[in-house]
Amino acid sequence: MVTLTINGQTLEAEEGQTILEVARRSGIDIPTLCYHPVLPPDGSCRLCTVEILSGSRPGLQTACTYPVEKGLEVQTHSPKVIEARRVILGLLLSRTPNVPLIQDMAREYGITEPPFPTENPEEKCVLCGRCVRACHEMVKAGAINFASRGLDRRVGPPFMEKTRVCIGCGACTIVCPTGAIEIVLKQAAEYLAKPLGPTAAIYVPSPQAIPRVPVIDTDACIRFRQTDRTNGEITDACGACAIVCEAGAVNFDQQDEILDLDVGAIIVATGFERPNPALLPQYSYGEHPDILDGMEFERLSNAAGPTKGQILTSDGRVPKAIAFIHCVGSRDEHANRYCSRVCCMHAMKQAHIAKERTGADVYELYMDIRAFGKGYEEFYERVQREGVIFIRGRGAEVVQVGGKLVVKAEDTGIGRPLILPVDMVVLCTGMNPPHDADKIARTFGISRSPDGFFMEDHPKLRPFQTATEGVFLAGTCQAPRDVPDTVAHASAAAAEALKLLSRGEVVISPQTAYIPAELCSGCRVCNALCPYSAISFDEERKVSVVNEALCKGCGTCVAACPSGIIVGKHFTDEQILVQIEALLGTPA
Amino acid sequence: MPEERFEPRIIGFLCNWCTYAAADTAGVSRMKQPPNVDIIRVMCSGRVDPTFVLKAFREGADGVLVAGCHPGDCHYSEGNYKTLRRMTLLRKLLEQFGIEPERLRLEWISSAEAPKWAQVAREFTEQVRALGPLNWKGTVLAGLPTTAEHFCPEVSE
Repeated sequence: MVTLTINGQTLEAEEGQTILEVARRSGIDIPTLCYHPVLPPDGSCRLCTVEILSGSRPGLQTACTYPVEKGLEVQTHSPKVIEARRVILGLLLSRTPNVPLIQDMAREYGITEPPFPTENPEEKCVLCGRCVRACHEMVKAGAINFASRGLDRRVGPPFMEKTRVCIGCGACTIVCPTGAIEIVLKQAAEYLAKPLGPTAAIYVPSPQAIPRVPVIDTDACIRFRQTDRTNGEITDACGACAIVCEAGAVNFDQQDEILDLDVGAIIVATGFERPNPALLPQYSYGEHPDILDGMEFERLSNAAGPTKGQILTSDGRVPKAIAFIHCVGSRDEHANRYCSRVCCMHAMKQAHIAKERTGADVYELYMDIRAFGKGYEEFYERVQREGVIFIRGRGAEVVQVGGKLVVKAEDTGIGRPLILPVDMVVLCTGMNPPHDADKIARTFGISRSPDGFFMEDHPKLRPFQTATEGVFLAGTCQAPRDVPDTVAHASAAAAEALKLLSRGEVVISPQTAYIPAELCSGCRVCNALCPYSAISFDEERKVSVVNEALCKGCGTCVAACPSGIIVGKHFTDEQILVQIEALLGTPA
Repeated sequence: MPEERFEPRIIGFLCNWCTYAAADTAGVSRMKQPPNVDIIRVMCSGRVDPTFVLKAFREGADGVLVAGCHPGDCHYSEGNYKTLRRMTLLRKLLEQFGIEPERLRLEWISSAEAPKWAQVAREFTEQVRALGPLNWKGTVLAGLPTTAEHFCPEVSE
């Protein structure tokens, strides 16, 4: 530990810290421009100049590069310091007279007009070099640097030409204090693919996420991208999140783990998948930014979303007319034949929000309203009273006319085609079974209904059980359902699983195979046939023996026994032969 | 008076988990299916002993339908593969007996495929109807050697 004095205040500091770090920690303000906590200090802007009264290098020094030392005495706002900063800010303001940040900083030091002639009033770059350091030290791409000297000094890629070295990470734009660098994303599919605007590469998946910890999107993270691009040559790029995390919780080495667990019951709750409305080209999804699906509208209207819950078109206007098109991809022989059940209600909820927040004309183009739950019909009436316009007729097409959206539909109530010019279209898509549901089904030995969702054991009496003992279904993996129904379904599955576990023993079916030892010839044909390895050979008695706890009663061994002596309990040869005789009307 | 249409008698051996459930659903859903197929439930199509099929033919069935889960979907992992092997061999045997192998049909119908069940039942009934009645005594028994010499020529000499 080192003791030093700043503005007469005695402070403790750790060896290796800079004056700036110690001052900031103690709430002492020192203005900075080129300093950034995750970048190595440079001392290029000189704004953090302080006066060293006693120390190894007395005089005016930059606080961001001056390491603390024993007995150091520092003044951050002495007349000398203030005069020096005035000169610096005067020079900066003369270079960039129209940058608000520089204007504000200069005004604090009493400078309102550039003291020197301005070369280019549009200049924004103050040559602080944050971007250069970010690109070199953090991203380790080295795509931009200073070029030329003196008055011609500027920042850019080699020869100011496009460079393949740039990975387009955008780190330079983020660290730039004056907004002098912009990234132009022309075909930025990677970013646009994210729901409504870019997110950081490290983020909390949702505000309600459990556990509430951030995850790293390795496809977007600079560190992982650089490792991938250089085939592992650069593995220490960026790491800004690890630098700023005081708890030291960021772990770049974490890998996906495969855990082997011994369990007594399995609840399959693999959920649904959003259908892709672009597969129905008549709705022009993806061709205009104001054609959204229900999930995207949900994000837009979310208070934690990109617009803080304001419903705005992609160019920032409050929409005057919004159309909700029901049954997109549902009840449609070209897509899903089934009704997804939840979409009517979420369309109405969203119409209610849209009406409330924008006052726009809100249209609901529907085939039938399925307000099936408790209080739902009442909500339907309420939304109608609020002025949402319900038009019975399928939304046929969404087209762009001169850049504006137009919905074509039919009002079956009056039997006329309709043309609705709107500012926003919400496509109310339903629920699809996950695209890899077949793999899950195969893993757990469960079957799927024609609609692709997992099949329950019985549609009425065993709605969450499956044909495989100990495997239960919960929620939308079994069928589209809303939140209350999912909670009920999942609770039932959980209770059933617990019932199985708490009992501590399993009831097995009495339909097992039995080998009368006195008749068995010991040929062992049955041994290899059993899929459960329930048949073993008793070496002492030279007969095959069925372990009834393992036997599931399929009867394959019974059908194969050359001596015909294996008994399939409840499905014995005699029982089946008698059934044949009875059915064909021959006397037994 | 027009001649009465031949109504074939068909025995169906259905596995409990897939085809029996499909047939059940087909019934509950009121799908149209012929009354000619009489169903015997077995836990797995692998339980179907070829003897059952022969027994059914002997007792007067004109067709036998064995149906189970799709390959890979067997509730008992692989029972239906064994059925496939057995039924393939059995068809050859039927041919030697003078029974058209088309009278024995093997189908994979999952529990979700009730319409497929109804369709297979309709189709197979028509197919067997077209084949006409199986004359067990006239075809099978007549073609079988009955004399001891056939089995043991040395003895008869």
